[in-house]
Amino acid sequence: MGDKAEVLYRQIYTIRCFENLLLEKFSSGIFRGTTHTSLGQEANAVGVLSHLLDGDIVVSNHRCHGHFLAYGGDPQALFAELMGKPSGICGGVGGSQHLHWRNFYSSGVQGGTVAMATGMALAEKFKGNASVVIDFMGDGTLGEGIVYESLNMVSLWGAPLLIVLEHNHIAQTTPSHLAVAGSILQRFEAFSIPTTWLDCSDVLAIQTAAGDLISTVRSQQKPQALIIETARLGTHSKGDDTRSSQELDRLWATRDPVAIQGKRLPQDRREVIDQQVEVTVQAAFEGALASEEVRA
Amino acid sequence: MTVPTPRTVLDSLNLGLHQALQDDPAALLIGEDLLDPYGGAFKVSHGLSSAFPERVWTTPISEAGITGIAGGMALRGLHPVVEIMFGDFSTLIADQVINHLAKFHAMYHGGVDVPVVIRTPMGGRRGYGPTHSQSLEKFFLGVPGLTVLAPFHIQGEQSLGVPGQLLYQAVTAHNSPLFFIENKLQYTLKLLTSENLQEFTVLTHQTPGAQGFPCYQIRLDGAPTAQLTLAAYGYMAHLALEAMLRLAYEEEIFCELLVPTQLAPFELAPLATSLQTTGRLLAVEEGTRPLGWGAEVLARMAEALGSQLKQASRLAAKGPVVPAAADLEAACLPSTEDIIQQAREMM
Repeated sequence: MGDKAEVLYRQIYTIRCFENLLLEKFSSGIFRGTTHTSLGQEANAVGVLSHLLDGDIVVSNHRCHGHFLAYGGDPQALFAELMGKPSGICGGVGGSQHLHWRNFYSSGVQGGTVAMATGMALAEKFKGNASVVIDFMGDGTLGEGIVYESLNMVSLWGAPLLIVLEHNHIAQTTPSHLAVAGSILQRFEAFSIPTTWLDCSDVLAIQTAAGDLISTVRSQQKPQALIIETARLGTHSKGDDTRSSQELDRLWATRDPVAIQGKRLPQDRREVIDQQVEVTVQAAFEGALASEEVRA
Repeated sequence: MTVPTPRTVLDSLNLGLHQALQDDPAALLIGEDLLDPYGGAFKVSHGLSSAFPERVWTTPISEAGITGIAGGMALRGLHPVVEIMFGDFSTLIADQVINHLAKFHAMYHGGVDVPVVIRTPMGGRRGYGPTHSQSLEKFFLGVPGLTVLAPFHIQGEQSLGVPGQLLYQAVTAHNSPLFFIENKLQYTLKLLTSENLQEFTVLTHQTPGAQGFPCYQIRLDGAPTAQLTLAAYGYMAHLALEAMLRLAYEEEIFCELLVPTQLAPFELAPLATSLQTTGRLLAVEEGTRPLGWGAEVLARMAEALGSQLKQASRLAAKGPVVPAAADLEAACLPSTEDIIQQAREMM
């Protein structure tokens, strides 16, 4: 039990350190373009993706670093990608939002990835594989029409897909009450997609729920949805948060997955892990920085 | 299944799909109203759901969704063919084509392939009105990573006929997204055979690239050296061929016709060669004129030939819409008469 709690904590804290170091170094000009960090949503990635088997597929969106690292992606290759280095995951072509490694795919246009994930799930089923596709989306994506076209066909054709909706209550700067009418749950239920609702940032609860859902998708070869009410503790990208400091303080106090999982570890153990993770992430950053600039 | 000899473009395309599904177990058709006995709105998919029930999926009216799904299928090793019922609806798939399918290979640094074929009929002259008659392919001709083909109605040396052969190659052997532009009136055209083409010499050039999609150069036998090069594809190539004959017999204006089947990436070396002789270019298209295929043809030939290009002109649909009424529609879309008239004015 202790080992398992530590493994989860280590993964969550790795994502946290990665994103914090990224933001810290952004202003120095090492990284180009923009970035969307997973701060506050680390437990979703770690909890859900701890159940993957070989052949399973992950489809992610613009906020994909946490998903990529939880999938097992190399932090140094991700740093290098963000630096535009040849040693990056996609040779620096993709940048922050466009990652592909093994069975992990992310892209930056909202909604289209849901159709893409649906097609992948249907293809694996057609080929007779027992693979599961996991598609991460946000509440902001619910504004896109192709999501509903896709959900219809997901259900109609029985795609072995787990849709994980990270409901962080904000799309860039727009709170969800200004963008989402009616019920999110009923959106899925209207298509007869069984849906589970979690309101927590606790990796253990997320891991337990996701484990059951992924097994069900695999055995039934039919879709499930998991809505996780979560909190974006960072800005949308680099410095564009319009929420009040009181609101952010409240979220940090109640919704920080690092703190929630960290409390389960003995203090001395946690300190050791923290230090190891910080050293590892720093080394990944240094390694990426030192990697070859010249393209082959 | 005995393979009959195709007689029309429609037969040829239908046979091409049959053969593709027969030979390629990863091929799969998805689109609206595809199932027999209907077999798709224009019958290109007729008989396929009976022959391959597991691999022909009829879909909801969700063009964007099915195109995106096809992209996901292709990323995982299938060879989906999407039928978009009317070319007008291709606007609905623009984000999927431009930002997803055509981008993945380069965006993921060559790590994936996306072999999707999207077929659709463009074109008017059937009275379907403004939203069911357009030729919108020009909006897809400049998309990096997207190949665009338009078949020519010729039998060629292929048992499937050239349209079916092109489609067969696109489905079974092309490794990246491909937009296959058909035309509603072209479906009923009989395939040109050596008998129909006795008066002509047809040279076949291969477009550079792994597939070597053909570009046809058509000359009138026994005619003096051509003074004008016509460039056209799809159904307009049929009208241009008619115009070429009449110009020769009625006006003593001698032309050469260039018919590319690969519209994008744009490669028209045979056209430049023809223009080195004629010096005059008339590009004919059924889409609207501004910033269209003809504009690119003229620009590229001007760049390639400099002062060797003495004169260049375009013929295209007039705006703002393709009307439903027969007389208004006829006035909107370029006809054989229009080609003859324009050619006469150029001489």
